[in-house]
Amino acid sequence: MAGSTLEIKDLHVSIEDTEILKGVNLTIKGGEFHAVMGPNGTGKSTLASAIMGHPQYEITKGSILLDGEDVLEMEVDERARAGLFLAMQYPSEISGVTTSEFLRSAINAHRGEGNEIQLMEFIKELDQALDDLNIDKNMAQRYLNEGFSGGEKKRNEILQLLMLQPAIAILDEIDSGLDIDALKIVSKAINSQRKDSFGCLIITHYQRLLNYITPDYVHVMMQGRIVKSGGPELAERLEAEGYEWIKEELGIEDVTVGQEA
Amino acid sequence: MTVVTKFPYDKDYIEKFSTERNEPDWMKNLRLEAYQQAEVLDLPKPDKTNINRWNFTNFKHGAEGEAFSSIDDLPKELAEHFDLDNVPENLIIQRNQTVAYATMSEELKEKGVIFTDILTACKEHSDLVEKYFMKDAVKVDEHRLTALHAALLNGGVFVYVPKNVQIKEPIQTVFWQEDPESALFNHVLVVADENSELTYVENYLSNNEDEETVSNIVTEVIALDNAKVSFGAVDNFAPGTTSYINRRGVAYNYATIDWALGQMNEGNTVSENVTDLVGNHATTNLRTVTVGRGKQVQNFTAITHHIGLHTDGIISQRGVMKGQTTSIFNAIGKIEKGASKANAEQESRILMLSGDARGDANPILLIDEDDVTAGHAASVGRIDEMQIFYLMSRGITRKDAERLIIHGFLEPVVAELPIEAVKQQLQHLIERKID
Ligand SMILES: Nc1ncnc2c1ncn2[C@@H]1O[C@H](COP(=O)(O)OP(=O)(O)OP(=O)(O)O)[C@@H](O)[C@H]1O
Ligand SMILES: [Mg+2]
Repeated sequence: MAGSTLEIKDLHVSIEDTEILKGVNLTIKGGEFHAVMGPNGTGKSTLASAIMGHPQYEITKGSILLDGEDVLEMEVDERARAGLFLAMQYPSEISGVTTSEFLRSAINAHRGEGNEIQLMEFIKELDQALDDLNIDKNMAQRYLNEGFSGGEKKRNEILQLLMLQPAIAILDEIDSGLDIDALKIVSKAINSQRKDSFGCLIITHYQRLLNYITPDYVHVMMQGRIVKSGGPELAERLEAEGYEWIKEELGIEDVTVGQEA
Repeated sequence: MTVVTKFPYDKDYIEKFSTERNEPDWMKNLRLEAYQQAEVLDLPKPDKTNINRWNFTNFKHGAEGEAFSSIDDLPKELAEHFDLDNVPENLIIQRNQTVAYATMSEELKEKGVIFTDILTACKEHSDLVEKYFMKDAVKVDEHRLTALHAALLNGGVFVYVPKNVQIKEPIQTVFWQEDPESALFNHVLVVADENSELTYVENYLSNNEDEETVSNIVTEVIALDNAKVSFGAVDNFAPGTTSYINRRGVAYNYATIDWALGQMNEGNTVSENVTDLVGNHATTNLRTVTVGRGKQVQNFTAITHHIGLHTDGIISQRGVMKGQTTSIFNAIGKIEKGASKANAEQESRILMLSGDARGDANPILLIDEDDVTAGHAASVGRIDEMQIFYLMSRGITRKDAERLIIHGFLEPVVAELPIEAVKQQLQHLIERKID
């Protein structure tokens, strides 16, 4: 199956009248892994949230297309059913709803009425995904993210990814809070998804995740824009030298949004 | 000056009603005295809800119902209370004032368990019923509605579990007010003798959309030393029924009374749940859920009353408010002087689904003793948009996301209902009401 294409063109995003993204251009195709790096507060999570349709972010200019369809016209749930997935930096806790119950609802929402997943099939798939991520089976019966440790929440996000099989996934700091073993396990699970029908945007601060998941492209965000793109070697240089050299190269003093070059 | 309230039924009617049923003298006298008191006593005054204009006088008293020859003959609205492949062994279905279906396992009969309708019990177990009926828990003269209850009592059950008998299978009752105008003055008396154990679950339902009537329910649970009672209920009176529901437990030494109440009435409701922790080390855990909708007004008061030493009382109330409904949740921990080492905790949480609904959560601690622990929490809030975003980002529609969040909000209480079929029935009711 040929993959999907997500095209982001000249995207401007504001929150409460402050412009945070100031013209982001990025195209992700099925089969490609992109990494987005950049200092704190430069708009990485904003980009991820805007793609998924977070209610607080207002798109003031630009477009997002998924296989030519206007994503900005879609409700959040429609975006998900069209194939987008966002592993969140700070996932919500939903008290009283078990992870398993929630996953089944999500899968059935994707499959549509009359085509609900059989219970046995669901259990089989869930068990497999739990195994792949080395997650204790009891976790599926706990309330979604409630009382989960930071690392457990991140693993749970990837569990959802494995179960929902999106066309394009955005992973916002999926490595934060993971211990070294968990990082390997999660990376392995993400690598196992590598195929033409799956594209991925990985937001991270650290090379160590990219040691396990080699990106095809690396982008650097500053001041609400992608200011530099390259191959995996760009991430390695950032790890070794930090962001100073890019700032110098581009004449940027303050990297955060709200500052102009 | 005393104002005498007029009721649609008078002394002669009550006397005749009692005589026709061959009630023992004590019961007849209690009714007649109660009637006199009802004429002069005031209505109860639930905190923050004015019920003076509610309908407590317009109703019909006395309606018989046809018996069911078999459990397979149940109409749909009743059938959903059971797993029909696995019909409870201990069950009474009351249709209007008639026992329409009754069954009890041989095992319980052999062990001396009594499970019968209250009017029969008055005759066949007169001494036992008289000993507990409106004595230690609810009093006849508390206010006009308790007095009226005693005077016009027309249904209910009596459950007695003898000393050292532990019942594993639940005892279940269904009180179906089929006649749309007929009032239900239902009395449930559960007596768990020393060192006994039981699970009791009751369902109330009626069908009157437009016709007005009244339900006046008194439930008394007596847990003697070391007894353990698990009590579940789903109240589902239709919009036309004005309900007064008073459930009260008395727990003696080392006794436990746990309550799980689904308060799903559609009409105006005053519901009071009190547990008197009389004995040392007595405990109670009360959980309630409610979904308010339309224009109904409801007042829920839950009290743990600590009298003995080392008592433990926990209240957890959850409510979901829709439409233009108004609901008051009072959760009170009352600790008497000398009740040292008591622990009282209350939690009331309300989820508002509409801007026109009103909800008020009042945790109250009344403490007359120093050596105690107590805590309370209350919240009135809306559905968190971040939670909605999170669920929708997985493809779930807004409506289903809301449904999941509400379901999750109520789940901690629903999960406590001791009978699976009743739990599911409550879940259906919740879904129907929030849709
Ligand atoms: N709700 C909000 N209200 C006001 N400002 C906000 C809000 N959310 C984000 N911002 C601001 O937008 C800017 C970009 O935030 P964003 O979360 O996208 O950064 P980030 O690149 O993901 O940072 P980090 O690496 O720390 O996760 C920051 O300056 C942040 O303070
Ligand atoms: Mg971020």
